[in-house]
Amino acid sequence: MRYFLLFTHLLFPHWLAATNGWHIGPGQTTSNIHQALEQAQPGDTVWIHEGFYTEGNIAINKPIALIGIGFPVLDGQHNCEIITINASDVLIQGLEIRNSGQLSTIDLAGIKVLSSDRVRIINNRVLDCTFGIYLSNTNDCLISRNEVQGVIKEEQNSGNGIHLWKCARAVVEENHLTGQRDGIYFEFVTDSEIKYNHSEQNLRYGLHFMFSHNDHYHHNRFHHNGAGVAVMYSRQVKMTENEFGFNWGSSAYGLLLKDISDSHIWKNRFERNSAGVYMEGASRITLEQNIFLENGWALRVQASCDANTVRQNNFMGNSFDVSTNGSLVLNTFDSNYWDRYEGYDLNHDGIGDVPFRPVSLYAVVVERMPYGLMLMRSFMVYLLDKAEKIIPSLTPEMLKDDAPVMQPILW
Amino acid sequence: MFRIVKYVLYDILQNRMVIGYTLFLLAVSFGLFNLSGEATKGMVSLLNIILIVTPLVSIIFSTIHFYNATEFIELLAAQPIRRSVLIWSEFLGLAGALTLAVSIGIGIPVILFAPNATGITLMLVAVALSVSFVAIALLASVLTRDKARGIGVALLLWFYFALLYDALVLFLMFSFADYPLEKAMLAFIALNPIDLGRVLVLLQMDISALMGYTGALFREFLGTGWGIAFAALVLSAWALIPILLAVRVFRKKDL
Repeated sequence: MRYFLLFTHLLFPHWLAATNGWHIGPGQTTSNIHQALEQAQPGDTVWIHEGFYTEGNIAINKPIALIGIGFPVLDGQHNCEIITINASDVLIQGLEIRNSGQLSTIDLAGIKVLSSDRVRIINNRVLDCTFGIYLSNTNDCLISRNEVQGVIKEEQNSGNGIHLWKCARAVVEENHLTGQRDGIYFEFVTDSEIKYNHSEQNLRYGLHFMFSHNDHYHHNRFHHNGAGVAVMYSRQVKMTENEFGFNWGSSAYGLLLKDISDSHIWKNRFERNSAGVYMEGASRITLEQNIFLENGWALRVQASCDANTVRQNNFMGNSFDVSTNGSLVLNTFDSNYWDRYEGYDLNHDGIGDVPFRPVSLYAVVVERMPYGLMLMRSFMVYLLDKAEKIIPSLTPEMLKDDAPVMQPILW
Repeated sequence: MFRIVKYVLYDILQNRMVIGYTLFLLAVSFGLFNLSGEATKGMVSLLNIILIVTPLVSIIFSTIHFYNATEFIELLAAQPIRRSVLIWSEFLGLAGALTLAVSIGIGIPVILFAPNATGITLMLVAVALSVSFVAIALLASVLTRDKARGIGVALLLWFYFALLYDALVLFLMFSFADYPLEKAMLAFIALNPIDLGRVLVLLQMDISALMGYTGALFREFLGTGWGIAFAALVLSAWALIPILLAVRVFRKKDL
């Protein structure tokens, strides 16, 4: 937000001084976008009026504002990239961009920004494009309130809704992404913010992070995606107040954490995912005040994770609360609410007097022998779990919450 | 034969226990559906009840009924009626009565609250389990002369199918953990009607996504027409084989 304000201020004088406004459309001076762009000077505003434009690729090579009135349609007719921006300080607003081409050698996008800074892409509709909005090697960009809708294809032939590669200080906010491969894709993106987006029904991930450090994503909703959200090979990522839901399938996760460190996961809601959070090679991550509701596994913590803290979360209605594949425990569980907890609280301080072991015997069996899931809901399994609770033998003994709270945590 | 089936059926339907059983199932089903508010959750709880209760009631009730009807059977055996007809009539009467009880007790709530594929599967599984365990009970009864011992054997059989079997499978899984047991699990499941019923219903629910590779394998197999035919065949075999054996034994039995 800070950066946004900064460059808005930098830009505004330009705008006010922009003497030239070019109008394109039926009944205007020209109906050809290419022509208008050629004549426009840096700092001008080009208005595109309502209409249907099939002008192939539109390259923008100077700092101008391209603004649509009544959502003019720019159609690529499935054979080209539609808007390519090679200049800094460009504004794209209010356009409907449709039908980009699809190539296996070049990532064709609805709107592509190449090595340019301070570009703003606001309130556009990008429909049936291979990649929606594609930023490469750009800094201080803003992508706001766009609607990106792909047509579901097979994974290898479709692209990402919002794709950022090697960017810094980007803001991605209030976009709606659906039907793409990944809703939002970040690779080598630092110091950026993703907020209030809604990413659903994408083929692979709702949000995909690779090698992206110091980022913050919050208040997003990721629903019904093929595999949920993946955050990989990153550090210092803040994930707060998001909703991860309904990522249901044999290899779907609410949130997949792989080789990630020093991150903070706070106040998120994980509802009805095959695995709420799957952690592999994760270090020094704090999971705090999240809700895990009716997931298959709430938390799958592989033995390669260390020094993580799971504190003050609510675990309710999950088939398995926690599962792990080793007996070595290097993570801390503290002050969570577990709906399976059957201990007592004699001094009424709200904290259970006996520790809770969230890993059930059956979870251990299933982790070692996945086909053991065929015995799910068998009465015998229930009995064995009960017996194991009393005398732990196979479950990792040190994996326990010493101060489970008695009531769900409200905040 | 049908006249005898009719007598057996009337006799059983007048029995207070069957009426009680029906009412119990009705109460439990309605209770679970209303309590959990959501049909799927109610279904999961109902599944647990069905897998324990229907086999238990079927096997115990059939055994007791058979021993109580000893004199009736002896009387009929003195008439020019074939013994196989006699035992088949007993089987059909018992199976019919219990199927009726289950259809009313579980069928009505399921139709009201969850009239979908899962509900129908649950219902059919309950019926299949009832019929199978009637057959198993009759086999146990014709093999033992003493009533107390017969009931003991019936209880043991229920205990084996409902509890011990899963423990054995778990034990085998641990012992052969190094081998790929995915396909073997399919065989293990088919060797116990309760397990087969449980898996059939669970595969209908979205919980099956948890079952990973094995679940996918099972769904691929049991989800197709052939798979359903296979499951139906196995479940009917679980009724037919015990009753055919019972007929064989009963023919030569010294009454």
